[in-house]
Amino acid sequence: MSGSYSGIPRWVLAVAAAGALFLLVPLAAIVLRVDWTRFGALVSSEPSRAALLLSLQTSGTSTALCVLFGVPMAFALARTRFRGQRVVRALVLLPLVLPPVVGGIALLYTFGRQGLLGESLRILGVDIAFSTAAVVLAQTFVALPFLVLSLEGALRTAGTRYEAVAATLGARPTTVLRRVSLPLVGPGIVSGAVLSFARALGEFGATLTFAGSLQGVTRTLPLEIYLQRETDPDAAVALSLVLVAVAVLVVALAHRIHEGTGP
Amino acid sequence: MMRRARQAAGAVVVLSLSACGSGGQARETTLNVYAASSLQVPFEEIAEEFEAAHSGVDVQLNFAGSSDLAAQIRAGAPAEVFASANKATMEQIAAEQLLASEPRPFATNVLTIAVAEGNPLGIESLASLAEPTVSVVLCAPQVPCGSAAGDVQELTGVSLTPVSEESSVTDVLGKVSSGQADAGLVYVTDAAAAAGSVDSVPFDAAAQAANVYPIAVTGTGGDLAADFVDLVTGVQGQRVLAAHGFGKPGR
Repeated sequence: MSGSYSGIPRWVLAVAAAGALFLLVPLAAIVLRVDWTRFGALVSSEPSRAALLLSLQTSGTSTALCVLFGVPMAFALARTRFRGQRVVRALVLLPLVLPPVVGGIALLYTFGRQGLLGESLRILGVDIAFSTAAVVLAQTFVALPFLVLSLEGALRTAGTRYEAVAATLGARPTTVLRRVSLPLVGPGIVSGAVLSFARALGEFGATLTFAGSLQGVTRTLPLEIYLQRETDPDAAVALSLVLVAVAVLVVALAHRIHEGTGP
Repeated sequence: MMRRARQAAGAVVVLSLSACGSGGQARETTLNVYAASSLQVPFEEIAEEFEAAHSGVDVQLNFAGSSDLAAQIRAGAPAEVFASANKATMEQIAAEQLLASEPRPFATNVLTIAVAEGNPLGIESLASLAEPTVSVVLCAPQVPCGSAAGDVQELTGVSLTPVSEESSVTDVLGKVSSGQADAGLVYVTDAAAAAGSVDSVPFDAAAQAANVYPIAVTGTGGDLAADFVDLVTGVQGQRVLAAHGFGKPGR
């Protein structure tokens, strides 16, 4: 025990190790419970494939929406000052701490057939009830704050020096945004998008409450896992492992982007 | 400094372990009853009657979906009585040698059509749910209410195209009461509990696809558990169940 001074007492490390085990052992338990002889068949069954495909499609679309709306939101929060900004930030980040089922209920009373906007949407000929669009809305609702939060942090860390220089050199705001700001926080956008994708992929409560559950239309992978568990726990475990694998990939990707170019 | 911290950490662990260990008072005997969610209201009443008749006994009720409860029992949960919402789940538990008594049917439940209050679409029968303009929500075939919905379709020859297959009756009711869907198939007891937010339209074939609820003493249960099962299957229990819309099992 003659290693260099790490700066923290050893008992802190012991507690940290216990915490890490608490997170890792359940993952190991899933891997141990997988029925490997049936794994291929379980994962490639028609409902499983439909659910995985739907999950990837909807999470991808949601991520695109998160980037489209989240990047301007992060800029507005990090680069401008306005009255009530703190309140706005707190409200925008609310879905992070809100139970997803509450998000689902809120969406229901907004976009539902009898919701706030339901009647207007019906006049426009749009019926979101039980459609894939409803899944995308639910996922975007819970994932958007992740992008806003992580990009806002990146923007604050990056500071405004380069933008200020570009502006004094005569660049117009849109040019500054396009040529200076966005490239500067590019990695922040990507890692925020990856986080949003991961959150969208795991979305369950809001989807179940707001969009329903039908194979190939609204039944994403988490919903399929929840349903399979009723009759075929082995299939639920196998699909859980698929979801864990995708999540690990996504986290590794985000980590790599962060490590490579991080502040 | 460090030693004290360690002692403190140790004390926290010991305290939290002992807190986990001792649930209620030492003098009270606890009876753990695991019952399907749909039984919540009548079983709470029956448990009160049981406690009144057995002083010093505390009935702990655990409500969840039948297959969730079965999974908990398999994992070694301290259930002494198990009441399932369908025969299949009970049979699985019986096949795994986890029961101490023969399962006894004690209640039946039938499907009904849940519609928005006032039945604005004028739905009268199962057949009217098959019209393409009516959006219907069912339970998924994997859960008991979904398999019952499959049975009535087979019996009547009416084929429904649901816009969603939910994993619980609660979710079906939620879709109807929020107006997202026009109609859904749920149990009469659920519709009765949700009266005020949905109306129900009974249909003939429902009775032929009745769901039978079995109850049994599980491996860890003793005389007290057997007494509870007797109360549920006896006159008193049956009266409470009937008051909440459950039917009597035939024969």
